[in-house]
Amino acid sequence: MSVTTVERGPAAEPAAAFSAPSYLTEENTVASWLLTRDHKRIALLFFASITFFFFIGGFAATLMRLNLATPGGLLQPAVYNRMFTMHGIIMVWFFLIPSIPTTFGNFFVPLMIGARDLAFPRVNLGSWYVFNLSGLVVLYSLVMGGADTGWTFYTPLSTSYADGYVFAAAMAVFINGFSSIMTSLNFIVTIHRLRAPGMTWMRLPLFVWGIYAVSVVMLTATPVLAMDTFLLAVERFLGVGLFDPNHGGDPLLWQHMFWFYSHPAVYIMILPAMGVVSEIIPCYARRPVFGYAGMTMALMAIAILSFFVWAHHMFVAGISIYSGVAFSLMTFFVAVPSAIKVFNWTVSLHKGSITFDAPMLYALGFVLLFTLGGVTGLMLATLGIDVDVHGTYFVVAHFHYIMVGATVSAFFGALHYWWPKMTGRMYPETWARFAAILTYVGFNLTFFPQFILGYLGMPRRSYTYPPEWQSWNLLSSAGASILAIAYILPLLYLGWSLFRGRKASANPWRATGLEWATRSPPPAHNFERTPVVTLEPYCYDPERDTYVTQEGVPHAG
Amino acid sequence: MYHWIPFWPDTAAVNAIVVNNLYIAELGVSGLIMVTVVAMMLTFCIRYRKGSATSRADRVQKTWHFEIGWTIATLGAFLVLFVWGAAIYIWLYQAPRGDEEVYVVAKQWMWKIEHPGGQREIDALHVPVNKTIRVVMASEDVIHSFFIPAFRIKRDVVPGTLETIWFKADKTGVFKLECTQFCGLQHATMHGEVDVLSGPDYARWLTGQGVHESLAEQGEAVFRAHGCSGCHGDNSTVHAPSLAGLYGTYVHLQDGSVRLADEAYIRDCILNPRSFTVAGYPPLMPDFTGQLGEDDLLKLVAYIKSLAKQESAQ
Repeated sequence: MSVTTVERGPAAEPAAAFSAPSYLTEENTVASWLLTRDHKRIALLFFASITFFFFIGGFAATLMRLNLATPGGLLQPAVYNRMFTMHGIIMVWFFLIPSIPTTFGNFFVPLMIGARDLAFPRVNLGSWYVFNLSGLVVLYSLVMGGADTGWTFYTPLSTSYADGYVFAAAMAVFINGFSSIMTSLNFIVTIHRLRAPGMTWMRLPLFVWGIYAVSVVMLTATPVLAMDTFLLAVERFLGVGLFDPNHGGDPLLWQHMFWFYSHPAVYIMILPAMGVVSEIIPCYARRPVFGYAGMTMALMAIAILSFFVWAHHMFVAGISIYSGVAFSLMTFFVAVPSAIKVFNWTVSLHKGSITFDAPMLYALGFVLLFTLGGVTGLMLATLGIDVDVHGTYFVVAHFHYIMVGATVSAFFGALHYWWPKMTGRMYPETWARFAAILTYVGFNLTFFPQFILGYLGMPRRSYTYPPEWQSWNLLSSAGASILAIAYILPLLYLGWSLFRGRKASANPWRATGLEWATRSPPPAHNFERTPVVTLEPYCYDPERDTYVTQEGVPHAG
Repeated sequence: MYHWIPFWPDTAAVNAIVVNNLYIAELGVSGLIMVTVVAMMLTFCIRYRKGSATSRADRVQKTWHFEIGWTIATLGAFLVLFVWGAAIYIWLYQAPRGDEEVYVVAKQWMWKIEHPGGQREIDALHVPVNKTIRVVMASEDVIHSFFIPAFRIKRDVVPGTLETIWFKADKTGVFKLECTQFCGLQHATMHGEVDVLSGPDYARWLTGQGVHESLAEQGEAVFRAHGCSGCHGDNSTVHAPSLAGLYGTYVHLQDGSVRLADEAYIRDCILNPRSFTVAGYPPLMPDFTGQLGEDDLLKLVAYIKSLAKQESAQ
């Protein structure tokens, strides 16, 4: 089950003075980074790539919100259409889907299960190169003028009518999928094969469970996307008539195939975020997570059910009434495990000893934003209401609550929580708390007005709107400017902390996971000796303010 | 009815009232869930903040009965919402024959409306109040979505088929008509208005359009021009299924399936007859793919439906 060539023994005293350099300082040539097989360095390479794309996608969003501040708009219609398309494509495939798995998953799955590295280090590095190749293609598409179909590439608009760089954008998505497949395969094998002695399935930290669930979804859903975008490219180039009714095709075939991937993709974005929050909340509430087994089952239930709800994107698209009813029912079913998770996180605060450091603020923000995104998701799952609000800003607000409100909050939570471990430096707490609260305020100001706009009937993907909707749009744009500051702030103070931050100890948060049993930052080989796990995660005791690590080492308050 | 609620959109059709009720109920359930979560979170965060004197003894150890509890509670609430929403959906998406019909052709970037009397308008739709209106929609190019917010109805107009929807306005006035499916460059400007008129006003509007030929009459001309009448006409000797009384009946096909002869079926049969060979008839009809625009197709459909009306009148 695990690598046992290393001598077993009691855990090494953390922060002991080892002479070996950390993974950051071991060797610092350009080649040692670009050809590294160390999962921790690859995680940082991914972090650089996705951060770059996050700000590109964010720039497009900034232009859109600027444009929508006035009814008449600022941008040419063609420019606006390309901006929202590229915003969607870049944010979904080049930030949200890879975000937590390729960075924190890559860095911490081996550390949390007590492994030396991922199962296939070269595949891991290859995944980064494939990702960047797809990134170059999407940048080409963007620089040449961008695609103008919306990120959903609906046919026959995308095959026969749009005149932007649709082919390049579709190919970028096609190539990007291989990176997803490589990374997820690596995680699945690693989690199955490389767990340290004693790290049974029911002792895995919930973050590892989250990454496992998401890997299963990625590995099984992404090939469908690859076929789909390939067929799109074939039809656009050769006009073979798969999707265009004028050539005997069926436009709905595209939607079925696209959503068969892209609905699970929504869960690809949220499952790792759920894992992150399940790490942070017990640590800052100083008590075990409420219902560990239920949490693992809920994760897997969401992963499996996510494959049976895709047509809820198509209730008004001309599918049969009966399949509409069936998919609505399945959608309500998938909401149940999500609801269980929300209640469990909340009750995980009960009889804790709670501190409100930045990661905890992000995590609590996650729970609230995810819940609001969830209940509006229930409305969309309700057929009678979906008929009304489908295709309006209500939908835009809903999925931003999940994908941005929840996932990006969790991303920043993870970034702060694990920053000391990754860099060996502490971040400035006051600034970080300020950024976390600012994110929450800015986010709600940006997206809550969009629920109202949507219910009033404002269609999404419109560069202009009637003047009576300006106040809500202006509020949303104002909120977006706050949100932009909240997202740029961490870049500044975290950058500062790299050089000036206080040196971090091995376990600054007094947490129980194996990743805290090694130094900050860890040595290239992760552990001086293979850890032996004797306990479930999250053995915190709020009554005596003590905790016991997964290796069974007790720590007093 | 809901004007006391801030930010509430116009409610101007029987469809909208039904959706409103469900929406209010769902807001209630959502509010309850949100309030529960926020209240629990706030209470715990204050009571159990680090350093508070509250006892942490006797923490809940067995969690499964709580989990089963909220699984059942949420599942129960969700199933009620599901059934309610599904019932409305089935009701909204099965268009009845209606008191009046209008035909809609969507194209980049306009709504073309054709009334059975032959009146045509663009980006405007005049309808009488308190009448059930059946809307038959076709797209000439990409997918559009026909949306009237004040009526809470929407349906994608997918090229290659006909979609139907219905509404019954209960208030006169002018309401927005929108496209909610991104359809290319000027998607944002593809909107119009729905003018709901009183019965007499509507009748006056219809006669004021200066039209002499109804849609069915125009369809009959198309029917002759494309040679349809040669086989399907009254005096034809070719063994072709009669079209009189066809609309609204069930048709047995050669492959054993049974299809309702609605607008979409009639359109499919014209364009792709070999896939819809009627039981007992030879597959003789040539297909008309690419020879007829959506306008002409709708006229033909209107004509064939009018044959049905004559039949049932006799």
